[in-house]
Amino acid sequence: MRPENILALTLAGICCKRGSFHIDPTRPVERALITHAHSDHARAGHGAVLATQETLDLMRLRYGENFAGSTQAVRYGEALALDGVTVTFHPAGHVLGSAQIAVEADGLRIVASGDYKNVADPTCAPFALVRCDVFITEATFALPVFRHGDPGGEIAKLLHSLAVFPERAHLVGAYSLGKAQRLIALLRQSGYTNPIYLHGAMESITRYYESRGIALGALRAVRGADKAELAGTITICPPSALNEPWARRFPDPVNAFASGWMRVRARARQQGVALPLVISDHADWDGLTATVAATGANEIWVTHGQEDALVHWCGTRGLKACPLDIAGYGEEEDNGEATE
Amino acid sequence: MNRFAELLDRLAYEPARNNKLRLMTDYLRSTADPERGWALAALTGSLSFQHAKPGLIRQLIAERTDPVLFELSYDYLGDLSETVALMWPAQHSPLPSEGRSASRDGGKPGEGGHDGEVGNPSPDLADARSTSPSVVDVQELTLTSVVETLTTLGKAQLPQQLARWLDSLDETGRWALIKLVTGGLRVGVSARLAKTAVAALGTADAQEVELLWPGLVPPYVNLFAWLEGRAGRPTNADPAPFRPPMLAHALDDSDLATLDPADFLAEWKWDGIRVQAVAAARDGRQIARLYSRTGEDISASFPDLIDALHLPGAIDGELLIRRAGRVQPFNVLQQRLNRKTVTPKLLSEFPAHLRAYDLLADGDQDLRGLAFAERRPRLEDFVARLGEERVDLSPLVAFANWQDLAAARADPTAAGAGADAPAVEGLMLKRRETQYLPGRPKGPWWKWKRNPLIIDAVLMYAQRGHGKRSSYYSDYTFGVWAQGDSGDELVPVGKAYFGFTDEELVQIDRYVRRNTTERFGPVREVVHKPDQGLVLEVAFEGLQHSTRHKSGLAMRFPRINRLRWDKPPAEADRLERLQSMIAQIERGLAT
Repeated sequence: MRPENILALTLAGICCKRGSFHIDPTRPVERALITHAHSDHARAGHGAVLATQETLDLMRLRYGENFAGSTQAVRYGEALALDGVTVTFHPAGHVLGSAQIAVEADGLRIVASGDYKNVADPTCAPFALVRCDVFITEATFALPVFRHGDPGGEIAKLLHSLAVFPERAHLVGAYSLGKAQRLIALLRQSGYTNPIYLHGAMESITRYYESRGIALGALRAVRGADKAELAGTITICPPSALNEPWARRFPDPVNAFASGWMRVRARARQQGVALPLVISDHADWDGLTATVAATGANEIWVTHGQEDALVHWCGTRGLKACPLDIAGYGEEEDNGEATE
Repeated sequence: MNRFAELLDRLAYEPARNNKLRLMTDYLRSTADPERGWALAALTGSLSFQHAKPGLIRQLIAERTDPVLFELSYDYLGDLSETVALMWPAQHSPLPSEGRSASRDGGKPGEGGHDGEVGNPSPDLADARSTSPSVVDVQELTLTSVVETLTTLGKAQLPQQLARWLDSLDETGRWALIKLVTGGLRVGVSARLAKTAVAALGTADAQEVELLWPGLVPPYVNLFAWLEGRAGRPTNADPAPFRPPMLAHALDDSDLATLDPADFLAEWKWDGIRVQAVAAARDGRQIARLYSRTGEDISASFPDLIDALHLPGAIDGELLIRRAGRVQPFNVLQQRLNRKTVTPKLLSEFPAHLRAYDLLADGDQDLRGLAFAERRPRLEDFVARLGEERVDLSPLVAFANWQDLAAARADPTAAGAGADAPAVEGLMLKRRETQYLPGRPKGPWWKWKRNPLIIDAVLMYAQRGHGKRSSYYSDYTFGVWAQGDSGDELVPVGKAYFGFTDEELVQIDRYVRRNTTERFGPVREVVHKPDQGLVLEVAFEGLQHSTRHKSGLAMRFPRINRLRWDKPPAEADRLERLQSMIAQIERGLAT
C-alpha cells in the first residue's frame, strides 16, 4: 500500500479518494475535514464539514449560520469510519479546537497536522504526538533562525514598556483568532490584572473563548473609550489596524505586534512596529524538527512555508521528504487579516 | 549584558527622540555601576578595543551549522549579524521555568540540540519543551566583563572567547554582542543623545555633561555619583575644553525697522559646519581639538586641520572645504563627513579649512567677557600670528544702512564674497557691544539667511511616517515635468516630510488615501497626471548635481511651503527651471 493511494494532492488540496473527503480544502468540496478555524484552512461553502465543536463554532462566528451544507462535530480521539478509512482528530496545540487529523487504511497511518505548536498554551489543548508512517507538517517557521523563545519574556518586555511609558497607550497587533486570546491569557498569567481593551474585530471570538471556560479577566471594548482613559492601557487589535486611522484615538501609541515574524528585524521595521513581541502559535525550527523526528514517520510531506530547509534537514536525517505545494495556505497571517 | 541587549533592541526600533531618551534614562537609572557606565561608553562611542571582523563571525557560524541551512537563512534575512545571532546553536541546558504550565515529567526533546538535532524525543512533546533561555548564564555575563576582557584579549584568543559568549547568550544578547564587538551599534543614538539621557538622571542639562565629558573616563562612576547627588561635580581637568557656543535668532525683515545699523557689525554666514577649534599645551605637549557645535569631539576626522592648530586659544568658526583658494559649497563638504576612515585621498581631495568668526580664548586668557568689537581685533591678530593657510578670517561686510546690507545679501559676489559666494548661506548681524553669551539669547546676534528657493512640484508618492505620525501619510516624494521618451513625464526631484501644519497633514493624508493608484509596501503611488494631482509649493536651501537621482539633481533641506490645491499639475515647474537654478547658484547669485 502506497501512502499516495490514501491521500493525494488535488486542485482543492489534500484529498482522500477512498474516504471521499478533503482535508482543509482551498475551494468548495462535497465533504471537508477541517483542522482549525483560521481562514486559510477553514473556508465557507463546503457540502459537509467535519471538525471539532470549537472549530465549527468559530467558523459559524466568522462566516454565519450557513457556512456549510451540514456539519458534524468530532471529539479528540474519537474514531470515525469513512468508507473503509479510519479518521481520528488529535489536539494540535495551535488555537482553540485545532486538530491534527490521522487517516488510517490498510495498516498505514498518515497524520495531517495542519498548523501546530508543541509548547504550552493556556487557551487550547496541548499538542498530542501521534506516531505515524507519514507525517504532513507545516513549515511556516522552518528556518533555524526561527526560535520563538519564552513568551513570558516577551510579555515582560511589554509590561516593562508600560512602566517606562505610563502615559502612552500600548497597541498590540495580534491575529484575532488564537493569538489575541493567548496574549491576554499570558498577560493574566504574568499577574497583569488591569482591564485589557479590545478592537471590535476581536470581540466575538474572545467572548467565545470565555464561553468555553477560558478565563481572560476584565475586558473592555475600545469603542466608546475616550483618549485619556486609554493612557497606560493595553489594547489588542488586528495587525492591520496599527497603522490605520483607527489608531488615532490613542494617546501617543506604542505599536507592538505579537508574531513569530517579529524575530525578523526588517519585518518589524517595515510595519512600523516599535515593540516586536516574538510570540507564535506555530512550532519554531526546534519544534518542527523535534516533532518530525518524534512521530517516527519515515516519510515527511512538507506544506506551506520554508519547505526547502525542512526537506533538506529531513534528508540529513535519512528521512524521505517532499514539498506539498498547496496554494493559499499561510495567507491569513501574511495579509494581517486586513479584511476583518 | 542581557539588559543592555534589551536596551539596544528597543532603541533600534524606536523612532522618536524623546522615547529613546526615556529608554536610556530608565536603563541608566535602574542599572548599577560600573555596568551602566560601560553602556554609556558604548552608546557614546567611547569604547576602545580591537574590533572583530565580519569574516570572523562568518567563520564561527560556518563551524557550527549546516551550510545549506545557513545559506537559506542568510538569504532569507539578508543580514549577517542577525542571521548568526538567530542561528547560533543554543548550548544551554533547559531549565524548568516557574509559573509556566505545570511541566509534568518530561524529557526535553528539541532542547539542547544543534539546529534542532533531536536526542531521545519523548512522546509528550507539548509540555516537554522548556522555552526559557539559559537564565543562569545570561545573568553571569555582564557588559563590564565583556568590555574588560576585550580590552586585554589577544587577537588569537578572540574567536574562542567570542564563541563562548555567544554560547551563553540568547538571540537578542548575541545580536547585541556582535554589534558591540564588530564596532558601531547603529541604533539611532548619537553621543549627544546619550549624554542628554544621562544628564536627566539629575538636574543637569546635556550641556553641562558635555562640558565635563572630555575630562571623564568610562565607566564614569564620578559622573553618576554627581548626577545622583552623592558627590560633587567632577572637575574637567581638560586644558582644551569645549565652550558652549553663542547662537543667533533668525531675522524677519520686519525686525530690521527696530534695529539701528550703527549698533551692528555684519559678516557672511558660511554654509559649512559650525565648529570650535581649541589648542592648549599640557606637560610641554601640544593638544588640539575640534568640536562640533554640540560639543562632540570630531578631531579624529580632521587631522589636516588639527595640525594647523598650534597656537593656544579657542576659535569659533566654520568648517569648510577649500580648494585652489576657493571655498566649496556644502555638498562638497558633505563628502568629507561621516567617514569611518580618513584616507590620504580624502585629505588631498577635500582639504579642511577653518574660517574664523570669533576668538573665545587667547592663550590662558578667556575673552568671552569682552564686547564683540573688542574680540574682533584680537581674532584678527590671533589668525595673523597663527599664519596658517588653512585658517583664515571671515571678513566683515561693510554697510551704512539696511539697504546696503540687503543688497549684499542679494549679491554676495559683488559685496566682497567674490568666488566664495556659492558657500554664502546669508548674513550674520552681531551687536558690537555684546559679550560672548552661551545659548541663544535674543537680541545680540541675528542670522539673515538668503531667501529659500521655491518651485511648484507634483506629489507622486507618499509614505507613512513614524511615531505619532505612524498612521499618516507624511513623507512625500514630489516631481517636476521633464521631456521623456513619450512626451512630458514627471521625474521625482525630492522628498519632504515637514513644513506643513497638522491640519494640512490631515488634508494631504485624506487626499493620498482617496487618490492612491498603486501600493508598494508602505509606499502609495498618488495620482499625478496633467489634469489630476496635488501641486506642492516646495522651499529648499540649495541644489546640487547628483548621480543618485534620476533627475540628476538633489535638493538641500526641502520642505512643503504651501499646498496649491488651486493649481493644475500641468502648470507645475519643469526640470529645466531647476537646472537653470543650479547654474545661477554656481555663479553665486541669489535666484
